[in-house]
Amino acid sequence: MISLVIMFVIYNTVVYTQGTSNETPKMSEQAIKGEQLYQENNCTACHQFYGLGGYLGPDLTNVISQKNKGPAYVKAFLNSGIKTMPKFNFTEEEKDALTQFLTEVDQTGYYPNKDAETSASGWVGIKYKNR
Amino acid sequence: MKKISFTFLILGLLALIVGAIFGTLAGIQYIKPDFLKEVIAFNKMRPFHVSTVIGWIILCATGGIYYYLTNVLNLKLFSKKLAGAHLILFILSAVAIYVSFATGKMGGREYFAYAPLISVPILIGWILFGINYFKTVPKQVKGWPVYLWMWGTGIAFMIYHIGETNLWMIPYFRENFIRDITVQWKSYGSLAGCWNMLVYGTAIFLMSKIKNDDNVGRGRKTFFFYFLGLFNLMLGWAHHTYIIPNQPWIRILSYGASMTEWIIFISIIIDWKKSLSAEKKELNSMSYKFLMATDFWVFFNLIIALLISIPYINLFTHGTHITVAHSMGTTIGINTTILLASLFYIVNKEGKELLDKYRKIIKLGFWFFNISLGVFLICLLLGGVEKSIWMYFTDEPSSFGQMQDKIQPYMYVFLAAGFGLLAGILMVAVPMLNVLMKKSK
Repeated sequence: MISLVIMFVIYNTVVYTQGTSNETPKMSEQAIKGEQLYQENNCTACHQFYGLGGYLGPDLTNVISQKNKGPAYVKAFLNSGIKTMPKFNFTEEEKDALTQFLTEVDQTGYYPNKDAETSASGWVGIKYKNR
Repeated sequence: MKKISFTFLILGLLALIVGAIFGTLAGIQYIKPDFLKEVIAFNKMRPFHVSTVIGWIILCATGGIYYYLTNVLNLKLFSKKLAGAHLILFILSAVAIYVSFATGKMGGREYFAYAPLISVPILIGWILFGINYFKTVPKQVKGWPVYLWMWGTGIAFMIYHIGETNLWMIPYFRENFIRDITVQWKSYGSLAGCWNMLVYGTAIFLMSKIKNDDNVGRGRKTFFFYFLGLFNLMLGWAHHTYIIPNQPWIRILSYGASMTEWIIFISIIIDWKKSLSAEKKELNSMSYKFLMATDFWVFFNLIIALLISIPYINLFTHGTHITVAHSMGTTIGINTTILLASLFYIVNKEGKELLDKYRKIIKLGFWFFNISLGVFLICLLLGGVEKSIWMYFTDEPSSFGQMQDKIQPYMYVFLAAGFGLLAGILMVAVPMLNVLMKKSK
């Protein structure tokens, strides 16, 4: 039992450090504020990052770099209250923070990962953005 | 002690009914977004639904374990006061969660959308449960059957992983988006493994009691599966995160771990064939019937789980309704049928004569529940296939809104099946609620 606990501790430590290490720079203060707003308004109920979250709205991983979208597109949507979106009342400063958060998420990778390499073993080598 | 167990079970049944109602309302909003938008928009309706149904699983599993320890295994609980404090903490947490959603003071994490501070009383509640369990069982039982190991493991790991869900508040995790989202989904995968330990332990306990055969919970094969479940609880979580750009070895390890579940799958097929003749003998027991339904849903869901754990398939199914079919299939098809079987076992023991009055409506509810669930899951799978085609196999994809319109016919049938599921739950749960409330007076 003790050896199992020791293995579990080592495994978790490696996941928290090396396993989740990546080339992405630390999120800026403004982006963290944007993430806080994203959470306080429970945007994850409808939206996804990397396909994880709700299904009523689109995935937002690459909404900033996507063709015909970008920061202005995102800002226009935020307080519109159209269709499925609730009508939010974000200030300009809050809109900037949310957009910055989405911009920094966009820099971490691709979703959907259309250029992933597949092999006959069933394995998939995903394409990294910042390598 | 019976009163505390019953209160857990009554609150669990109420959570099942209320959670199913929230789920149905959320289903209407999925098709008609303006429905109740000004009162409870989808960003609040969904957490109300999700948190309440998680409450059903936790409360019912916990109430069952307290009941079985003290009333069936006849163990003397270390402290009734601790169990009472555990109950009060969970009730206060449930109230706080609802207030958090109603007032919009949310933490906004998937599955943990309530204000993060509420995790503190929940965590303390689990610690009290753990103290009571480990101060009660080891002293009075020698040579634990597997279900006692599973319950103990579920409680211990639950304490760790609830803590892990809150690591995002530490800057080291929060400032690195990839680390944050990976650890977040690691904790969720393992939490599901924890409550599976509690619920599957209950299933094995029930099987041993229904068959009146203590060997069901013993033997090498049983313990082999327990360790396999534990192995997957610790390592198998990463199929949620195959697509996240973390280190590849996490995904390789998880791929290997997930594939060991094929052993469980093959074993189920063999055991199911063997149990066919025995089935008729127990046909009148609702508890047995729900366990047989579990057998079917395990078979159905394990196929989906195994397939989506293959990275090549996961690439196309991840982020589609196929993933939802997997999660709803396991929580409704497996966890809920086991917990309903557990409730029938307890209610039959405590007030068979009261429950007999409702036998016809319960049988009808059983079929409503299972048939609706089948339709419900098929609609999600079809919707998922459409979304996957839209994401990966369309040269010039239409807008997200157009894709949603395309899958709407499936979603209408999905909603109708959701109403059927709610009707089935009401037909089964309300009679049991009645009996439990009468018996707890």
